Amino acid sequence: MTTAAAEVLEGLPREHGAFTGFLLRLVRKKLLGAASAVVFVVFLLSGVFAGVLAPHGMNEINPINRMKPPSLEFPFGTDNLGRDMLSRILYGARLSVIIGFCAAGLATVISVVVGVTSGYLRGRFDMLMQRLVDAWMTFPDLVILIAVVSVVGPGMPQVIVILGLLYGIAGSRIIRGAVVGVRENLYVDAAQALGAGTLRILWRHILPNVLPPVIVLFTTRVGVVILAEAGLSFLGLGVPPPAPTWGGMLSGSGRTYMYQGPWLALAPGLCLTVVVYSINMFGDALRDLLDPRMRGTG
Amino acid sequence: MLPYISRRLLALIPTLFFASLIVFVTVRLIPGSVIDMMLSQNDIAVGKDRAQLEAALGLDRPMYVQYLRWAGAALRGDLGRSLWQNTPVTSQLLERLPVTFELGLLALMVALLVAIPIGVYSAVRQDTAGDYLTRSFSILMLAVPSFWMGTLVMVFPSIWWGWSPELKFVPFRVEPLKNLSQMIVPAVILGTSLSAVTMRLTRTMMLEVLRQDYIRTAWAKGLTEGPVVMRHALRNALIPVVTLVGLQAPLLIGGAVILEQIFVIPGMGLLLLEAVSQRDYPIITGVFLVIGVCVMLINLLVDLSYGTLDPRVRYRG
Repeated sequence: MTTAAAEVLEGLPREHGAFTGFLLRLVRKKLLGAASAVVFVVFLLSGVFAGVLAPHGMNEINPINRMKPPSLEFPFGTDNLGRDMLSRILYGARLSVIIGFCAAGLATVISVVVGVTSGYLRGRFDMLMQRLVDAWMTFPDLVILIAVVSVVGPGMPQVIVILGLLYGIAGSRIIRGAVVGVRENLYVDAAQALGAGTLRILWRHILPNVLPPVIVLFTTRVGVVILAEAGLSFLGLGVPPPAPTWGGMLSGSGRTYMYQGPWLALAPGLCLTVVVYSINMFGDALRDLLDPRMRGTG
Repeated sequence: MLPYISRRLLALIPTLFFASLIVFVTVRLIPGSVIDMMLSQNDIAVGKDRAQLEAALGLDRPMYVQYLRWAGAALRGDLGRSLWQNTPVTSQLLERLPVTFELGLLALMVALLVAIPIGVYSAVRQDTAGDYLTRSFSILMLAVPSFWMGTLVMVFPSIWWGWSPELKFVPFRVEPLKNLSQMIVPAVILGTSLSAVTMRLTRTMMLEVLRQDYIRTAWAKGLTEGPVVMRHALRNALIPVVTLVGLQAPLLIGGAVILEQIFVIPGMGLLLLEAVSQRDYPIITGVFLVIGVCVMLINLLVDLSYGTLDPRVRYRG
């Protein structure tokens, strides 16, 4: 992804080097998008460095300090077992980062493979693939997730694979649309006329030209996946407790204690909202900057 | 029109076949697990061993035989029996379906009531403070998880005012008003989260339509803002919005699953969650089938409604 992103950025004006140039354009044209990018990076770093930042362990039980409201010592309060909510939120961010990036990455790879082959090869293969995608998209995401998790059991690897598969297949439609547009270009005909093989054309000519929607798709998918995982954990079908997932913190035994400690209901939901909101805003800004064709859609 | 409808209905069959086959097989990928659960609960499985139980539930046959038997019966409207309660799945589904349908319909009404006026307003007053405010609000609503909203509604009013939503469900037939007062809270939560996308599309389409020549003509002949916006612009802008409503049907049903769980509303979602926790295969498969059929029928209705909205659209068989 990094080399791929660099290739796209090479296409941008190089007043300050590709990446800084892109950042400058982001700040100049999309202030809210740039601010969202900052929030997103903060979320990413707090997930990566949760072990260093968290003042307490994520499952450190401390019966003396149970159900303490937010204070200087416990900025987000403590739960019914006396666990520090701030630490649990930080470790929860780590889980969200891992699941968000792995599942969105997997989803993007699947979308690209299915979308590019289906859109480039067309014919019967495309027809069959698209009918399968239709059947797949008939069902609500959450209903598919619940049914599959009930078979494979809850757990992080399963959740990543299922979310990746689910959103990968759905997202292939967008990539296919972009590929169908690109393959009509003369340079593709030229490459074919020069005797280039299918794989070479896909890799050298099609893929680089559909990268902007791919990058945007990946970014927005991170938010979608984080939200979906939280929903699953909320229903008790995501990463099983005592793992501090944001969705899980809002469900289960925590719910019964919220009436005594309303702060338990606030922090996880607020974090989810802020992170998903900033990812959406950042994705929107990226779309406007990278891919003029997708402007104003979705 | 009739040939068009029948062709569309016929096209549903292969999709449903694929979908039911996939669900049927995946749901049974772990064989024996329901038997294990039954054996661990002595009162159900008393005096029976594994083989007897499997035979009694028809789970000892090869999977394709199980599927063919199930599909044959399904075509006659019989979706089998619950493995635990031994009640017909069809009757359970018929009992739960209207509840989810009501929740979905109310949520959709809320979504449209929020989305269309705001979308029209922010297009007509493009780039004003009101436009920015309403748009930011709607994008924010996209990010707020409905299960968090539901949790907040359960917790805070109860702490502040001692009010909490009624959790003992009253069917619409019995007490319509009480039922509506129960349904309206989850419907508003579900509806506002859906309204964001609809609102953005309404705004985009209105902006496009408002720049058309016929709108300029309408202004030029001296019409006031009301008729220009409502009669000339909105009706033309609504067509893609209606398509979106069809595409959102799965989201509506998916969202209902979570809200039914929070507000203990006995609809399809709660039925699915109960069935999943008990590995009640026939119910899971039945819920899937019904949801699939519903989504496809909604999309058919949406396609048919184009004809009413846009006289240029004609259906050919």
